[in-house]
Amino acid sequence: MSPVLALVPLAEESVPAETFQLPQIDYAALAPMLILFGVACVGILVEAAFRRFPRARIQLPLALLGALAALVVVIMTAGKRTITAGGAITIDGPALFLQGSILVLGIVALLLIGERTLERGGAFVAQAAVTANTEADRSQAATSEGASEVFPLSMFALGGMMLFSTANDLLTMFVALEVFSLPLYLLCALARRRRLLSQEAALKYFLLGSFASAFFLFGVAMIYGFAGRVDFSGIDQAVVGSAASPLLLYIGLALLVIGLLFKAAAVPFHVWTPDVYQGAPTPITALMAACTKVAAFGGLLRVLYVAFGRSQWDFQPVIGTVAVLTMIVGAVLAVTQTDIKRLLAYSSIANAGYLLIGVVALNKEGLSSSLFYLVAYGFTVLAAFGVVTLVRDADGEATHLSRWAGLGRRSPLLAGVFTFILLAFAGIPLTSGFTAKFGVFAAGVEGGQTWLVIAGVVSSAILAFPYLRVVVLMWLSEPSESTPAVSIPGALTSAALMIGTVATLVLGVVPTVLLPIATRAAEFIR
Amino acid sequence: MSLSAYIPIVGLLALGAAFALFSVSIAPIVGPRRYNRAKLDAYECGIEPSPQPVGGGRFPVKFYLTAMLFIVFDIEIIFLYPWAVSFNKLALFGFVEMVLFIATVFVAYAYVWRRGGLDWD
Amino acid sequence: MQLTTLAEAVSFTSPSGVLSSFWLLIAIPLVSAAILLLLGRRADRWGHLLGVASVGAAFVLGLVYFISLSGLDNKELSLNLFRFMPVGDLKVDVGLLYDPLSAMFVLLITGVGFLIHVYAVGYMEHDPGRRRFFGYFNLFVAAMLLLVLGNNYVMLYVGWEGVGLASYLLISFWYLRPSAATAGKKAFIMNRVGDAGFVIGIFLLFATLGTVQYDEVFNNISKLSAGTVTAVGLLLLIGACGKSGQFPLQAWLPDAMEGPTPVSALIHAATMVTAGVYLVARSHPIFDASETAKTVVVCIGALTLLIGCVIGCAKDDIKRVLAWSTVSQIGYMFLAVGLGGAAYALGLIHLLAHGFFKAGLFLGAGSVMHGMNDQTDIRRFGGLRRYMPITWATTGLGYLALIGIPPLSGFFSKEPIIVSAYHHEGWLGWVLGTAALLGSGLTAFYMTRLFVLTFHGPKRWTDDVKHPHESPKIMTIPLVLLAVGSVAAGGLLATSVPDWLTPVFGEQVEHGENWLVTGLTILVTLGGVGLAWVLFSKGTAPQEAPAGPVVTAARNNLYADAFNEAVFEMPGKYLTRALVYLDNRGIDGLVNGLAAAVGGGSGRLRRAQTGFVRSYALSILGGALLVVAAMLAVTLG
Repeated sequence: MSPVLALVPLAEESVPAETFQLPQIDYAALAPMLILFGVACVGILVEAAFRRFPRARIQLPLALLGALAALVVVIMTAGKRTITAGGAITIDGPALFLQGSILVLGIVALLLIGERTLERGGAFVAQAAVTANTEADRSQAATSEGASEVFPLSMFALGGMMLFSTANDLLTMFVALEVFSLPLYLLCALARRRRLLSQEAALKYFLLGSFASAFFLFGVAMIYGFAGRVDFSGIDQAVVGSAASPLLLYIGLALLVIGLLFKAAAVPFHVWTPDVYQGAPTPITALMAACTKVAAFGGLLRVLYVAFGRSQWDFQPVIGTVAVLTMIVGAVLAVTQTDIKRLLAYSSIANAGYLLIGVVALNKEGLSSSLFYLVAYGFTVLAAFGVVTLVRDADGEATHLSRWAGLGRRSPLLAGVFTFILLAFAGIPLTSGFTAKFGVFAAGVEGGQTWLVIAGVVSSAILAFPYLRVVVLMWLSEPSESTPAVSIPGALTSAALMIGTVATLVLGVVPTVLLPIATRAAEFIR
Repeated sequence: MSLSAYIPIVGLLALGAAFALFSVSIAPIVGPRRYNRAKLDAYECGIEPSPQPVGGGRFPVKFYLTAMLFIVFDIEIIFLYPWAVSFNKLALFGFVEMVLFIATVFVAYAYVWRRGGLDWD
Repeated sequence: MQLTTLAEAVSFTSPSGVLSSFWLLIAIPLVSAAILLLLGRRADRWGHLLGVASVGAAFVLGLVYFISLSGLDNKELSLNLFRFMPVGDLKVDVGLLYDPLSAMFVLLITGVGFLIHVYAVGYMEHDPGRRRFFGYFNLFVAAMLLLVLGNNYVMLYVGWEGVGLASYLLISFWYLRPSAATAGKKAFIMNRVGDAGFVIGIFLLFATLGTVQYDEVFNNISKLSAGTVTAVGLLLLIGACGKSGQFPLQAWLPDAMEGPTPVSALIHAATMVTAGVYLVARSHPIFDASETAKTVVVCIGALTLLIGCVIGCAKDDIKRVLAWSTVSQIGYMFLAVGLGGAAYALGLIHLLAHGFFKAGLFLGAGSVMHGMNDQTDIRRFGGLRRYMPITWATTGLGYLALIGIPPLSGFFSKEPIIVSAYHHEGWLGWVLGTAALLGSGLTAFYMTRLFVLTFHGPKRWTDDVKHPHESPKIMTIPLVLLAVGSVAAGGLLATSVPDWLTPVFGEQVEHGENWLVTGLTILVTLGGVGLAWVLFSKGTAPQEAPAGPVVTAARNNLYADAFNEAVFEMPGKYLTRALVYLDNRGIDGLVNGLAAAVGGGSGRLRRAQTGFVRSYALSILGGALLVVAAMLAVTLG
């Protein structure tokens, strides 16, 4: 018998026609994502149907309405616990909480993205295809309305993130990963100013992102080799019951986690973060820092808690080490940064480390405190980047720290808000930074990971230095000639700033508005 | 499942590779070498080739656009094929899903078309 | 007697009706202070009126509550507003207590406070910072009321620190004057020494009893060992000494006269400095339970009253003489509350009477200064009786009240204290009584000197003073009212206060009259007056004359400052220097070294961030290999 012919009966055996049946689909459970993707498609049609001027006016309300509608549906279905779409999607407590978080933070980010009063035409380039630094580019930078494709792209990204944190098998997860990554790669390239930097950032993000996706996919293949299935409950059963070599499991798990840690910006997979955060348009940086973090950690939590929870002794030390590295390296590198966006990028890396403590704790407190942390951090970081968009001169945002000297004298209100945000990052009590950190640290101790908590405290102490340096710079230095004027924020940025700051304060003073919700949500289903 | 079922495929792969390697490497050794001008000219017909810059030079971005659109529809076809095969089993559900799928791709198509992605100049 | 006070369980009831709103007493001046201080210059035109009105309103309310309280059977009302500090086992409420003792203090603070506020409207008329002054003044009144109205030690402490803050702000009110700034700091620091003791006392109470509520502390005090009770009593006493300018923490009070005169009158004579007396009286179950603590209290009282008199004789600055007199009179109050039993009430009577006449004396001094270009040296006054008849009359009444001439108030309040001191058992009673008696003579001497040199005898004015004048009505009317108080209060208080305070201190047996001591006291007082009259009715040299060692020592505050400097400041300085050295070299070195290490590490790590995708990809790959290897090592190794 020829080797080729031997395959044919094998293939026919694997899909017996009788067992085929249609999947049950709970449309109510999927509605938030369907709404987002639907609105994104409508957004593209708007792009196709209208001229440049009305497009921007339609897109923002459309996107906001869509996100709000999805949020309403999420809230209405808050009690739902189901696995649907043929086992591809889980709607449980953490899933709903993460979806809600992504939507709320996404709405605030959309406000920043939609701001058009700070700069003529908004923060985005009109025609990304025009070669940077040419005559045509300069003229379009000066006059043209920015690209309104950013809204459908953001909606796709948000939808992908929601799918990512609700996926119930590794393949759906991979698809979702790509669905939210690809729009982000594009969005990164769309800055109106410093376009080469922006394009470079997008290219780096894309290349490294694909590299990480490859790891993830390779991991999926390994896990499939081990368990013969890709759905989480199947993997969970296989972890204890499979006869296959555990080598496949361990390598597969490692590769899978690497792909996820890349998105979460954990050391040593963080290298892209500073460059991308710096190069991307600031509203997009805000979107990534807030929402992508939620999605990445949502995915990580689900994979580790649901699929690999039973082999926790195997991966806890490794991920713990990654957490320590992330906290320390992020904090140490933040010390010598001179650009505010890079500084915030390293701060975001260190915060990924703190979140990893909650992940590694692998208990209910770990889950609920991580959920709380994600929301608290998201609001704060949105407000932080919101402030960054306001400090600008004739060449756009003035992100070099030396330019922030004496800002407290020029515009005390804004400097005050930023000081408050930095104190929240530093984890000073009465800010959400404190309650959130306290939560994950407590969960870490509870989960027997005291060494991580010690590293976390040390790292927080180091991180306080760069934050306070900025505070000192703003308040105690004399304003120089080059201290830029602070733009009057438009209604949208003001709203975003206010939401972010107030949330930071409220979650710090009365964390009980959110903690019980996070605690109630903190239960995965298999 | 046993991996031994795949051994014949590996054998086939090795065989194919060996044949290719053999053919390419044997030709310069055993073949006759007689140069003349016509042999160095462009094969077949058409214009004389002009010197190209190192690395292939730049292509207009429009090629990529067209190529990407092609891939999108190519993939669409790939999805359509299995659906068509099992149309009877999927019934109305399958039909609606597939219409949605095509509509989604069509949205992208409409966008590219309206925004001038298909105009060469 | 002490047994009865111990046995009776202290129980507070909740207020009802009008009295349930007695927190308003604190709220009104506090809000007014906030308005005055926050509005800034916008309130300049009407700020002083608001300041006066708020204290006036508090006084009226105080009267209303006082009358309501006197109609009640259970006179100890406690009101918990909200939980202040829920920390583990420590649960501190913002809670208020309105009982006869607090009620009395409320009337003193708001009543005398109101008069002094009115006076200050005139006194500070030309000062650009008048609104700020009234803001601080209202803040003081609010804090003082909190101090006397709190129902636990933490509330008392909050008020305690509040009055300390207001005192600091007001002493250095003219902060551009270096002496005022220094005096403010001195007052603050010496008070901190006392406060430290007070706080440790509170901690000790919490550590041993688990509560800081008055009722719970007092009811459980018998459960503590004698040593603990004594320690608590002495620690509270340290706090009381700091606030009330008692030995050894007396040196700040005379320097505090750098503040405007109304401040000296209200804060550093009538109210704040008596907080120590209040603290001892309020904590009487603690002191009753420890004989040692009480003995220390009476000794400090007797010693301080002598120190104050002796230094008072040697001073030439009108306000400083009065300040040392205050130190000395508070010494009498300490002596009284230290004696305990019936003398608690005597101390408080003296406190109230002193509040009136000393405030009157200070305001009189302010009035004199007002007319004399802010001159304060009594050697540069003389013959002012004709120019300032009202000031002369009111100050004169205050003076007679202070030295205890019957039937003015000082006689009714001070003489019984001397009698009680003689009644103390053993040789100590004789020592205390004699000290108090001697103090009475010395008081008569230096006050007569002050009065005679200011209002009688030849004019010894400086050249720039041409026409001294009486102060405006807004200043003289409070003077007159306070003088009326000094005259009338004594008899009234002496008969009614002991009964009024019975719910607080329990039934007490009065000591009988002792006509011998009374006669002796009057005799000694008259002797002091006569001696001073003989020496000073013809005036005095306008310059300081060389003097013997005793006078020189007295002029130098009995070397208390030098003593403090040598015993506390110098070792403190050396300790500080040593610690600074240790801090710079050791701790800072460590911290700076760590910071440098972090910075250096950061700089080095930063170089890994090259900006090239290829090196990033390499680092990710390396990381991935490490993770996989580590995973395998952990699981298979």
